[in-house]
Amino acid sequence: MAKTIVVTSGKGGVGKTTSTAAIGAGLAKRGHKTVVIDFDVGLRNLDLIMGCERRVVFDLINVIQGDAKLKQALVKDRRLDTLSVLPTSQTRDKDALTPEGVEKVLGELKEEFDYIICDSPAGIERGAHLAMYYADEAIVVTNPEVSSVRDSDRVLGLLNSKTWRAEKGDGDPVKAHLLLTRYDTDRVAKGEMMPIDDVLEILAIPLLGIIPESTTVLRASNVGMPVVMDEKSNAGRAYEDAVSRLIGEQIEMRIPPEERPSLLRRFLGRGA
Amino acid sequence: MFRFLRQQPRRSDSAKAAKERLQILLAHDRSDRARDDLLPLLQRDILEVVKRHMRVDSDAVEIKLQRGDDMSSLEINIEVPDAQSRQAG
Repeated sequence: MAKTIVVTSGKGGVGKTTSTAAIGAGLAKRGHKTVVIDFDVGLRNLDLIMGCERRVVFDLINVIQGDAKLKQALVKDRRLDTLSVLPTSQTRDKDALTPEGVEKVLGELKEEFDYIICDSPAGIERGAHLAMYYADEAIVVTNPEVSSVRDSDRVLGLLNSKTWRAEKGDGDPVKAHLLLTRYDTDRVAKGEMMPIDDVLEILAIPLLGIIPESTTVLRASNVGMPVVMDEKSNAGRAYEDAVSRLIGEQIEMRIPPEERPSLLRRFLGRGA
Repeated sequence: MFRFLRQQPRRSDSAKAAKERLQILLAHDRSDRARDDLLPLLQRDILEVVKRHMRVDSDAVEIKLQRGDDMSSLEINIEVPDAQSRQAG
């Protein structure tokens, strides 16, 4: 039975696309047939983070409007044969996204894939609404920072009221998970950043994972590689743990430390 | 003169402030959301009942819900047409 999972947050810049790419690739690495879909019409970026931007011919909007078949729009990942990307349009406007169109595309994808990961745009407008509307589960990406936590709370309210599962009202709501990203243990220790427990107490949903603030995330996006493909990345390992929990494995919560350059190199680096 | 002192590493407690502010704010956000969902329904139902017994305008019902720490109040104002206008109408 295929699962549709939305990666959402309300606030922009917290790591939705990075997380979509990492979790999608993590599931595919384990052999699950996975597709990641970009719902950010007009501001397409998932293809870039996935490293397939030059192979995009058709997109989600072309499929919805009947200008292309779904198979033509899906871009197969060159590193993992279980992974595909469904990009969105860079030029159309978000009104091109219709509920009927999205439902039809998701229905077709469910026949072929085990996991459908929907990368939501920021905000709570049409694109974000449709990205979450048909979801079975939600990954709410949150930074330990006041505006991000507030927006996540708002999004949790919407998941509980403005989704197909909520409207159906048979007691089977969207299952929401918290993914805490850009977490900095040093700053938490100094009292400059809210600790995990505080965020969990406020949002009151189960924790899927803690992704540490890491230089490897930018490095991975520079080259168009989901961060779980970087074996050395602490953030990549944290995403791997989150993927394990997502598929129901019991994994102890840990925050992998960043591999730091030696003191001497830091000193020389600063002097230069 | 005190710059040296200020640069000493110092435990800041801003994270605690963040949590406290969020707890207060979200309590308000959540009750506002609940109210926004509730009031239009309440207004519709009240109007329906009143209309069964007297003629009132569709926008004659005004509802205010105020939540306080100790007490919350629900204020309902229904504008009833006076006898003259009833006769005239």
